[in-house]
Amino acid sequence: MAIVTLTIDGEQLSAKDDESLLQVARQHKIDIPTLCHLDGISDVGACRLCLVEVEGWTKLAPACTTRPLEGMVVHTSTDRLKKYRRMIVGLLASEGNHQCAVCTVNNHCELQNLAYDVGLLYVRVPYLYPDKHIDASHESFILDHNRCVLCTRCVRVCHEVEGAHVWDIAGRGIDCEIISDLNQPWGSSESCTSCGKCVLVCPTGALVKKGESVAEMEKHTEFLKYIVTARRKGEWISVDTDEE
Amino acid sequence: MTVEDLQELAEQEQARQAKFSHRLMYCSAAGCVSCGSLNIRDMLKKALQEKNLADKVEVIGTGCMGLCGEGPLVKVLPEGTLYQRVDEAAAKRIVDEHLVQGPIVQDNVVDITHPFFAAQFKIVLENCGRIDAERIEEYIAVNGYEALARVVTEMQPGEVIEEVRKSGIRGRGGAGYPTGLKWGIVRKVPSDTKYVVCNADEGDPGAFMDRSVLEGDPHRILEGMAIAGYAIGAQQGYIYVRAEYPLAIERLRLAIKQAERVGLLGNRILESQFNFRIDLRIGAGAFVCGEETALIRSIEGRRGRPRPRPPYPSERGLWGMPTLLNNVETFANIAPIIRNGSSWFNAIGIPKSTGTKVFALAGKIRNTGLIEVPMGIPLRKIVFDMGGGTPEGTEFKAAQTGGPSGGCIPAEHLDVPVDYESLNAVGSIMGSGGMIVMDSTSQMVDVAKYFMDFCKDESCGKCIPCRVGTVHIHGLLEKIAAGKATTDDLGLLEELCVMVKETSLCGLGQSAPNPVLSTLRFFRHEYEELLKQPETFVPSGNGNDPTTH
Amino acid sequence: MPTPTAPTPHPSGDNRFKLLDRAITKHQSRGDALIEVLHAAQGIFGFLENDLLIYIARALKLPLSRVYGVATFYHFFTLKPKGKHTFVLCTGTACYVKGASKIQHAAEECCKVKFGQTTSDNKISLISARCVGSCGLAPVAVLDDHVAGKMTPESAIARLKTWQEQPDEVTT
Repeated sequence: MAIVTLTIDGEQLSAKDDESLLQVARQHKIDIPTLCHLDGISDVGACRLCLVEVEGWTKLAPACTTRPLEGMVVHTSTDRLKKYRRMIVGLLASEGNHQCAVCTVNNHCELQNLAYDVGLLYVRVPYLYPDKHIDASHESFILDHNRCVLCTRCVRVCHEVEGAHVWDIAGRGIDCEIISDLNQPWGSSESCTSCGKCVLVCPTGALVKKGESVAEMEKHTEFLKYIVTARRKGEWISVDTDEE
Repeated sequence: MTVEDLQELAEQEQARQAKFSHRLMYCSAAGCVSCGSLNIRDMLKKALQEKNLADKVEVIGTGCMGLCGEGPLVKVLPEGTLYQRVDEAAAKRIVDEHLVQGPIVQDNVVDITHPFFAAQFKIVLENCGRIDAERIEEYIAVNGYEALARVVTEMQPGEVIEEVRKSGIRGRGGAGYPTGLKWGIVRKVPSDTKYVVCNADEGDPGAFMDRSVLEGDPHRILEGMAIAGYAIGAQQGYIYVRAEYPLAIERLRLAIKQAERVGLLGNRILESQFNFRIDLRIGAGAFVCGEETALIRSIEGRRGRPRPRPPYPSERGLWGMPTLLNNVETFANIAPIIRNGSSWFNAIGIPKSTGTKVFALAGKIRNTGLIEVPMGIPLRKIVFDMGGGTPEGTEFKAAQTGGPSGGCIPAEHLDVPVDYESLNAVGSIMGSGGMIVMDSTSQMVDVAKYFMDFCKDESCGKCIPCRVGTVHIHGLLEKIAAGKATTDDLGLLEELCVMVKETSLCGLGQSAPNPVLSTLRFFRHEYEELLKQPETFVPSGNGNDPTTH
Repeated sequence: MPTPTAPTPHPSGDNRFKLLDRAITKHQSRGDALIEVLHAAQGIFGFLENDLLIYIARALKLPLSRVYGVATFYHFFTLKPKGKHTFVLCTGTACYVKGASKIQHAAEECCKVKFGQTTSDNKISLISARCVGSCGLAPVAVLDDHVAGKMTPESAIARLKTWQEQPDEVTT
């Protein structure tokens, strides 16, 4: 581990070279939007919302999996990045069937917050209205595929923290779907311990507790801070994650 | 086996071959096999028996001889006469007339002075049409494994890398990263365990170069990989080959077994301290597995989803170990480079793109098949001199290179030299070697839609821009093709393309919009002609007025 | 690396599981051999039904969802039985340029199912492939594992008709 100095949005900073750009930025109160990232589980660099510009690099870099380098000059909110973030959230909105007004996590939803933060006023691409189903077979929880953004937080928390690996992704491309065990009703899963971690880390109303009504459900991810203190901090940004 | 044993084996095989007056090489690559070349083999054997020539003339299955559209092909050695469309009658005539009486069979003979053959320069395909792909002895008889022998007995790993670096060879998988540089990086990473991986997941639709090399000359790949293993300090190699190529898999399995049997793979190769093994891994039909991090995941038995780089596989690859990943054609060039020296290789092609490139020529063109040409050759020469141009009555419109990651090169750029930089400059890429010619009957919006349909189906679904963006781009193209789109839609299409290109996680997503962007660049009028006339027309950015009324 | 374990015989007494066990032992029951084992399983059983996936997951000590995820990621694996005959149409670029879509429409019209599906009488599966690498012979189809080049809508229909008219009990 070494200390490097770099510039983020004009601010001269020093950082440890085994942290991620995202961690460094957040320590200095520089806000970069994220969705698939969650403190306490590994990073996959999949949502592309935390992309930043690095001077001299031809490609945009995901802040969650990029390490700081000596002399690096980073820009986190250029007009181009803002536009792309707006478009990405717009794509997410078009991909599922997100009806906030009748959602139990209304007003506590990360996708909703992202839409406000990136200034998504309207979705320019047509809605795809996919034919998705709801799995309410579990005694305590509900999985609503209509509201899933495929961030894979549930897959990672279940594998990395709970160690059960109930969840994974089936299919590919636009047909990807979260599955439990052999794509069977969640309630019939033999590997699920009903711990509820997946529900707590889910950024949207895709995984919710049963019995809550509209806008009642709040998600808590703080528990991860206590569980992962046993792990070496550097492992948080592992790219060889067992994500799927 | 020692180096002397290897030489002796070569001499024995040469002596064995010298006993025959002729060698009849029938093409045993997948293309000709599907036109019945195995039946032709039997006919040739039967005809030879009838003429009592069975012990004087050998019938041998060999690799792709290039002219795939005119199969089955049979070549008569030592003369080198090539026959096309050999049916049962022609097979009999080749024996009865050519072999017994002398005159060649004019009805089936191919003019090998035609530019299709004459303008080629063969390194990678040098043994196709020359040796039996299923016998290691024949490969050894044409200097096979000589380079490996020299490497393990006379050269230091650093010297091998230096030789590869000086040759100037760049990755033949598409991106063109300097091979010597890559090898040097993997060598420098300290680790007891390293891997060499050969990417034989030739997924570009319209490309079959790698398949032909694997089927026609599998030992060349094994030799190239072993040399790479020696140079970087690896003891294990994997070939990741697509399940769609059963014949290539079969031949590779056989080749590995043969090489192990004679001690050219395994422990203490040629009595040196170098150990190297190669295993096959069979793909299962996912284009994205051509991307290196996805390919590694797939070898590990998982969903072939890419991960962000860095770290690059050269630092953390297969099972977290430093891994050298090269394409089939790259490995196929290694043995000749070591055997003939880097300056020999360097003199072929042009300074920044040395050596040759194999192209699979297909589509609306008279001569389809496999060609190997020096880098820097003008595209016009490939399409018109070698390929014979488009069929009667149609006009050349575009040449598509690089598959779903590449672009369409229009007629006004036909004089572009075929090398990495020049192709990039006209909005396409070298790619792995697919070259599809399109004529005036091809609609470019439709072509773009075809490729986007492919990318949408092949997207792994991990990152949002590629997973959802490709669906919307495809939807917009459908809307345009159906004549229901407005100039706003065209603007959105372009914005989405640029966004998907710049924000996607891996090479698939980053290059998926290329076919749309390149057709927009050169054939924008075809898009605009299809637009619905809006009530208040706003001219689009580049000032082109739609030509419809 | 997990220690090699000999899989216990399958309770159904189905002998095909012995073949599968052999493939699993060959790879020392290693989890990273999942794709190889799925290839073997599909080769032996024709398709991958849930029971088979559970068996493989247990033998390789992998989570069920991982096995299902891998089996559905790759086009080559099929979770449903295929028809008696398979008509694999290449939709690679060369075949596309040479009019594969006309053959596609003709075949769909003839079989009354879309590509990716099997006819209701289980006789014919229409499958599309992303380039079989015989571009010189475009358009290409693979008819019951036999590559046929320079196809036309007419030749495709002719072959499909002969399959359709074959009586059920005759096996080829």
